[in-house]
Amino acid sequence: MTSVSIRNLDLQFGSVKVLKQLNLEIDHGEFLVLLGASGCGKSTLLNCIAGLLDVSDGQIFINENNVTWEEPSNRGIGMVFQSYALYPQMTVEGNLSFGLKNAKVPKDEINKRVARAAEVLQIEPLLKRKPAALSGGQRQRVAIGRALVRDVDVFLFDEPLSNLDAKLRADLRVEIKRLHQKLNNTMIYVTHDQVEAMTLADRIAIMKAGLIQQLDSPAEIYNRPVNKYVADFIGSPSMNFLEGELSSQGQFKVGGTVIDLKGYDYVDGPVASPVWFGFRPEHAVAGEGAEHQPATFQVVAEIVEPMGSDTLVWTKIEDQAFRVRMDGQAKISTGDAFTLGFDPARASIFDKETELRV
Amino acid sequence: MARSVRPNQIFRNVNAKIAAIPMVLTAMVVFVGCTIWTVVHSFTNSKLLPKLDFVGFAQYERLWATRRWLISIENLAIYGICSLIFSFAVGFLLAALMDQKIRFENTFRTIILYPFALSFVVTGLVWQWILNPEFGVQNVIRSIGFSNFTFDPLYDAKIVIFGILIAGLWQGTGFIMVIMLAGLRGIDVDIWKASRVDGIPKWKTYLFVVIPMMRPVFITALVLISAGIVKVYDLVIAQTNGGPGIASEVPAKYVMDTMFRNQNLGQGFAASTMMLVSVLVILIPWAYLEFGGRKNDK
Amino acid sequence: MTNNTETTSTLMAGPRGPKPTKLLSPRNIMLYGTLIVVALYYLLPLYVMVVTSLKGMPEIRLGNIFSPPVEITTAPWTRAWSEACTGLNCEGLSRGFWNSVRILLPSVALSIAIASVNGYALANWKFKGANVFFTILIFGAFIPYQVMIYPIVIILRELKLFGSLGGLVLVHTVFGMPILTLLFRNYFTSLPEELFKAARVDGAGFWGIYFRIMLPMSLPIFVVAMILQVTGIWNDFLFGVIYTKPDTYPMTVQLNNIVNSVQGVKEYNVNMAATLLTGVVPLIIYFVSGKLFVRGIAAGAVKG
Repeated sequence: MTSVSIRNLDLQFGSVKVLKQLNLEIDHGEFLVLLGASGCGKSTLLNCIAGLLDVSDGQIFINENNVTWEEPSNRGIGMVFQSYALYPQMTVEGNLSFGLKNAKVPKDEINKRVARAAEVLQIEPLLKRKPAALSGGQRQRVAIGRALVRDVDVFLFDEPLSNLDAKLRADLRVEIKRLHQKLNNTMIYVTHDQVEAMTLADRIAIMKAGLIQQLDSPAEIYNRPVNKYVADFIGSPSMNFLEGELSSQGQFKVGGTVIDLKGYDYVDGPVASPVWFGFRPEHAVAGEGAEHQPATFQVVAEIVEPMGSDTLVWTKIEDQAFRVRMDGQAKISTGDAFTLGFDPARASIFDKETELRV
Repeated sequence: MARSVRPNQIFRNVNAKIAAIPMVLTAMVVFVGCTIWTVVHSFTNSKLLPKLDFVGFAQYERLWATRRWLISIENLAIYGICSLIFSFAVGFLLAALMDQKIRFENTFRTIILYPFALSFVVTGLVWQWILNPEFGVQNVIRSIGFSNFTFDPLYDAKIVIFGILIAGLWQGTGFIMVIMLAGLRGIDVDIWKASRVDGIPKWKTYLFVVIPMMRPVFITALVLISAGIVKVYDLVIAQTNGGPGIASEVPAKYVMDTMFRNQNLGQGFAASTMMLVSVLVILIPWAYLEFGGRKNDK
Repeated sequence: MTNNTETTSTLMAGPRGPKPTKLLSPRNIMLYGTLIVVALYYLLPLYVMVVTSLKGMPEIRLGNIFSPPVEITTAPWTRAWSEACTGLNCEGLSRGFWNSVRILLPSVALSIAIASVNGYALANWKFKGANVFFTILIFGAFIPYQVMIYPIVIILRELKLFGSLGGLVLVHTVFGMPILTLLFRNYFTSLPEELFKAARVDGAGFWGIYFRIMLPMSLPIFVVAMILQVTGIWNDFLFGVIYTKPDTYPMTVQLNNIVNSVQGVKEYNVNMAATLLTGVVPLIIYFVSGKLFVRGIAAGAVKG
């Protein structure tokens, strides 16, 4: 059963089209992440779902109800904001109960819901405090609590962790995941952070210029990006791209080197054309195991970036930059020659013109 | 390497110090020096010329026994309280209306703010004309049939101060609206979104969330209005010149008249010192809140 | 469970696209109604000034002040400009106008020059004690002028400037200092500090940085300061009445003397023309400058 359904959604401000003919179906209990660079329309889409922005065309359904013209409070959603948006002059308890009181929910029901939210989020000791006396992490928990007490099926998160420092972000990320496992509501989560997206999502929708580029599971997006933009956006360090020619026999030719693409899972089969050959740095093998790989190269380390857990080595294949991720303990320094190998079946190949996966 | 000599403290940053000389002179000679001079001379019996012939609090005793001064104070109190209440209420209300994403916002703001660009003299004279009993509002309303209608604030000693109030509010409310509007625009848009998701009606959001958040803006507005009220002078001169009789006298005018017309300097100094005291009564708690508050933040 | 086609059709029906908004909803009527009434109230005095100044005296005596002129005459304007009397002098407001211009130009230039350099020194070249003086300056802005007026008379007399335009220019410069310094200090503080540091590393000095880096970047704030000062000084009455002599009275003082003079028959149309003439300079500045005026007055309210 679909929980949230978006049909042919258009949004424009003046002559600027922010969202274009967008369609999206989200299942009950699904954790969907809207991922993209700033200005891609992801937050705008979330605001449309929440009813905080009027759409220009199209429809929005929540729990099979057409809510396109509905007020945000009647849509059965709760929302968590980047800036927390807590009411600063009220205590935590006041923040949690203000909306319910206003909706004339009976008093003991309010108390029950506040107590449950406080328990789930472990903010019971903070209930009498004001937001100014809380840390960033605590504030965001309260903001989540405010969505929680509404007892709704759909949670909307608008970059909730962006204002927190790296460590707190990691902690709260886990907490949101735990919350989702516990409550099993539909969650729609906007972020520009691919780690958050990969770790939290059941499915990720990658957006660019008001369009969804790819909507898939994190693994699928990582392994089989549909176009060069997605391939480049996901993964850190990002994917290597070698410019070359694909032959109809299934061979990739770059400079004087020919790589046989045995085992590559084509979308339509090989067609002779100029292409980008994309390969993730972490899938390349250097040193001892390299000789056993289907494709091998002799390369020189030009720049070595040790990062502790692993080491990133910049080399060149046929005069095009290529990065390899090695073990953090790898003994390699600038100027060293070594063997590099990989399995072309793990590559992602994109047509040079359309930038779509081949 | 040659050992560098530490330059003399006075000559460090010497250009900046030269640039700041006018500020130092203004602050020390005019603001501090002149104020102290006046306060000191308020304890003398200077008449035509200032002289250091100390008479203790005699000038203040005389001041508080003068009917004209008492009327001035009473007028200022009425004018002050009413203009505070009205400019706050109307200013906020207008700002809230302007904040509803209305069309022609610029036009409305331009119209409501333009009197603020005018001189108090101009404002006073226009309203003197509009409130003129023979030709103005009273006459117009009588001529359309209400022949017993009386609205003659400028010639009625009992309500003359409200006539001045009308003009003062006309001139100043736009300014308060602009300050309040800036305050409203400074509120995190997510707060409004959150309250919409919570289903809280707009008026309730204003009352319970936004207004409490605007406290610093209100305090700023309060200080600015109050400081302006104490200085009221030109408006009264132009609109009524203190009349009828002495019914619309204000402290600033009392000071000017005793000093320059009656050549009773000591009395003028005492009255102006009282004005200073009233400003300090507003200013000191504000400064305390501002700076005390800032320390707490850190 | 309904069959599939029916589900689809019911789902596709219903609200779609933007929520329809009625132009004449009760909310809009209330909102715009209130604003229009308020706007009319604010415009009324301006309207009354204009229509009164265009009527002849007989028409004023008969009609009501809100009615438009039956017979338009510009005679009151010429009378106000060149014939209106203050006491025995009947040269009209033009003298006050030119006095005001003569006061305005040097006052605006001097006060902005001094305050901008001062604000720059406070923002970028902090020295010991600077903040103490600055705090005194800001608090000084709240002291009622009446407290300082007489000692300043003495100072100006000592400087042989009392009663002259130079004295009034000096007074305007002094009392314009707090707000202008605050304005410039806050503006220069908001500029990226790296810019200043880079210029210092390149060897530029105090004046070099001011003229070649800060000044070119600060045109808008100079315009804001100018608007603030032009309207403020033009509208001044108190300093004009104290520190100048009848020959050099600024326009506002002369206007008040003309309108409130007790001699002769009251010529309301001439009075309103004179009032409008005095108000016209700040009004033009206000309507032309638009948002910059708002920025100027808000700068005084929002502390840095």
